Amino acid sequence: MRHIISILMENESGALSRVAGLFSARGYNIESLTVAPTEDPTLSRMTLVTRGDEAIIEQITKQLNKLVEVVKLLDLSDGPHIEREIMMIKLKADNGRREEVFRLVDIFRGKVVDVTESTFVVELTGKSAKLDAFIKAANEDSIVEVVRSGPLGIARGSKGLKL
Amino acid sequence: MQPLRLWEVVVVELSGAEIVIQCLKEEGVEYIFGYPGGAVLHIYDALFKQNDVKHILVRHEQGATHAADGYARSNGKPGVALVTSGPGATNAVTGIATAYMDSIPMVVLTGQVPSPFIGSDAFQEVDTVGITRPCVKHNFLIKDVRDIASTFRKAFYLATSGRPGPVVIDIPKDVTDPNIKIPFSYPKKIKMRSYNPVAKGHLGQIKKAVDLMLAAEKPVFYTGGGVILDNADKELVELVQMLGFPITSTLMGLGAYPGTDKQFIGMLGMHGTYEANMAMHETDTLIAVGARFDDRVTGQIAQFCPNATIIHIDIDPSSISKNVRVDIPIVGPVKSVLGDMLQVLKDGKQIPGSDAISKWWKQIEEWRGKRCLKYDQNSGIIKPQFAVETLYRVTKGDAFVASDVGQHQMFAAQFYRFDKPRRWINSGGLGTMGFGLPAGMGIQLAHPKAEVAVITGEASIQMCIQELATCKQYNLPLKILLLNNGYMGMVRQWQEFFYDGRYSHSYVDSLPDFVKLAESFGHVGMKIEKPGELEGAMQEAFAMKDRLVFMDVVVDPTENVYPMIEAGKGHHEMHMSPGSELV
Ligand SMILES: Cc1cc2nc3c(=O)[nH]c(=O)nc-3n(C[C@H](O)[C@H](O)[C@H](O)COP(=O)(O)OP(=O)(O)OC[C@H]3O[C@@H](n4cnc5c(N)ncnc54)[C@H](O)[C@@H]3O)c2cc1C
Ligand SMILES: Cc1ncc(C[n+]2csc(CCOP(=O)(O)OP(=O)(O)O)c2C)c(N)n1
Ligand SMILES: [Mg+2]
Repeated sequence: MRHIISILMENESGALSRVAGLFSARGYNIESLTVAPTEDPTLSRMTLVTRGDEAIIEQITKQLNKLVEVVKLLDLSDGPHIEREIMMIKLKADNGRREEVFRLVDIFRGKVVDVTESTFVVELTGKSAKLDAFIKAANEDSIVEVVRSGPLGIARGSKGLKL
Repeated sequence: MQPLRLWEVVVVELSGAEIVIQCLKEEGVEYIFGYPGGAVLHIYDALFKQNDVKHILVRHEQGATHAADGYARSNGKPGVALVTSGPGATNAVTGIATAYMDSIPMVVLTGQVPSPFIGSDAFQEVDTVGITRPCVKHNFLIKDVRDIASTFRKAFYLATSGRPGPVVIDIPKDVTDPNIKIPFSYPKKIKMRSYNPVAKGHLGQIKKAVDLMLAAEKPVFYTGGGVILDNADKELVELVQMLGFPITSTLMGLGAYPGTDKQFIGMLGMHGTYEANMAMHETDTLIAVGARFDDRVTGQIAQFCPNATIIHIDIDPSSISKNVRVDIPIVGPVKSVLGDMLQVLKDGKQIPGSDAISKWWKQIEEWRGKRCLKYDQNSGIIKPQFAVETLYRVTKGDAFVASDVGQHQMFAAQFYRFDKPRRWINSGGLGTMGFGLPAGMGIQLAHPKAEVAVITGEASIQMCIQELATCKQYNLPLKILLLNNGYMGMVRQWQEFFYDGRYSHSYVDSLPDFVKLAESFGHVGMKIEKPGELEGAMQEAFAMKDRLVFMDVVVDPTENVYPMIEAGKGHHEMHMSPGSELV
């Protein structure tokens, strides 16, 4: 099963490599990982997407918790949560294709954020599946470049991942 | 003249190097095992100017880490090593990984190139924090002289609390600059918001476990290194004897429960006893205490304890249900959890003197009656088992025994029946050949009056043989018992069993004359070839209280370790000694 795990950790150099090292050393798979500082400058928050059966996910969360720099951890998949990913995609926009791109951006509620004579940059936010769908819908040979953030997540309701 | 104000009197200004030494004093460190080099010269200079922390100069950095490790295993205090940057640090890695696998508290100080040079491929630069990351409990790179004291405090706390383990502190040379002095004070307490080891087990779970134990018909205690690490042997003995259940131990737990007591049914696992492994196979209630379900113990998981409800006490949640699904997990320190179990029992639970338990013991005695460890007593050539039994007699079962890795290690575990914890010191998790001799040095320093034996093989001993010089320099009167079978016996055994006797590179050719070798280091050497000479020679060796004696004992080159469960087989599928009644 796919799990999305949020981690609060000490904002120290080396903390990220401990997490990455753990995944490679123990052979866990890692689909995406994003990390940035939080409102508290001593903490960073990481969102990590991984896959595995129940026993593996249990080990992953235990091993992550064991890292000295990990302060708190939440498996968002355990409850209702919101997940968003941002994508920027550069598409060829030569004459014949401009209309088609606009139509697609409209359907997916994206935004065109850069235009040149021959290309558009489209910004799109949503669940990862929506971004996948956009890529699929766009004509393969009109894609110049894709960059995705990896998903971010937050639990629904009043509960928060805080100290 | 102005009178001095109080704070001017108490505030001492120290350089980084002096702070390093001061921190070690604050932590009560007696010995530091080390080897100098460019990046740690400031620290060595500070060491030179004091006498409280004694430095033991090893002959290879691997020896420093194993010696610190042996020191820690034998007395429970953290071991400390000091090595230089680059090759000093890489040489130490094997010892760090060895300690990590067996959860041994250790603090290793590594020199690093000056901070402005980090990342420039400077002379003797390696990324020590990166290299050691997967084999430490935690590691630090100190970037500022003002961080030394708090980092040391954290390092010692991390190494010794919770599930213990080695911690590396990487110290760039400029941080120890003798010309930069700052006020020093050592933090009394340290709080780490991200690290809070559990102090007590969950009482509800503990009660549930006790109920289950009392209802058991075929219970077995399976105990491990965690009991020794937590000094919980007294609680264990009381509980096991109160309940009257059989108890088996892993290689790492030997001695926590007296090996000569009738309730002890021997080690379990790959080279465990028939009775212990059969009991595991048949048990209905397994009580795992500070043990981590290693694959040498479980064999094939699908066949592991097929009928049992499993209770598991461990301080590390990640040990629980890692390899084997557990029914009643109890996260907490062994000592406190066993203490709580005793309390629950004393608070009025009836211990049934049940028929079922007597029936269970009858079955176990039947298994025990097969005498699975029997070997040829009339052999004209010394059997390694006989050598260990002789050592047991000569030392009255009371020596500290360090071991290397191989058949001799298994014979030591099977035939030296340890009655006390911290007496059996070996590398179980990593299985590091070369561990025994330097570990013995650490043990002897921690216990200057005690008899310390090193059981080794002719292959293993050559991996850290240079430490014989260290033993000479510091008068460490170890008694080395080399079970010389001319083979990497453990490898040869696997090749005999699983590769049709193709002994590929397991014959140890061109051996040195160990007697002369020992003598050239200034020690006493003995060669012993006949069973009849063994006991006398050992008596003589141990009578030389202040000499290291190297006993080169020529043993049967073809002897194998039995019983043996092949990797991936079940507990009931053991290979038995050809002479045994079980074949
Ligand atoms: C050649 C060779 C053959 C071997 N054959 C065998 C064999 O036949 N049988 C065998 O048993 N082993 C054998 N081993 C050793 C094996 O590889 C493992 O090292 C060993 O089984 C692990 O022992 P353990 O489970 O006691 O774990 P340890 O490594 O000692 O781990 C201790 C456990 O206790 C926990 N713990 C630590 N502190 C505390 C505390 N305060 N409170 C609670 N829990 C705590 C830890 O989290 C950990 O889970 C062999 C090794 C070699 C080299
Ligand atoms: C550093 C290291 N290299 C290789 C091994 C693999 N190994 C395990 S036991 C063994 C043979 C040990 O031979 P010896 O020391 O003579 O002991 P014996 O088995 O003969 O008693 C080897 C090579 C190891 N455990 N450690
Ligand atoms: Mg040998």
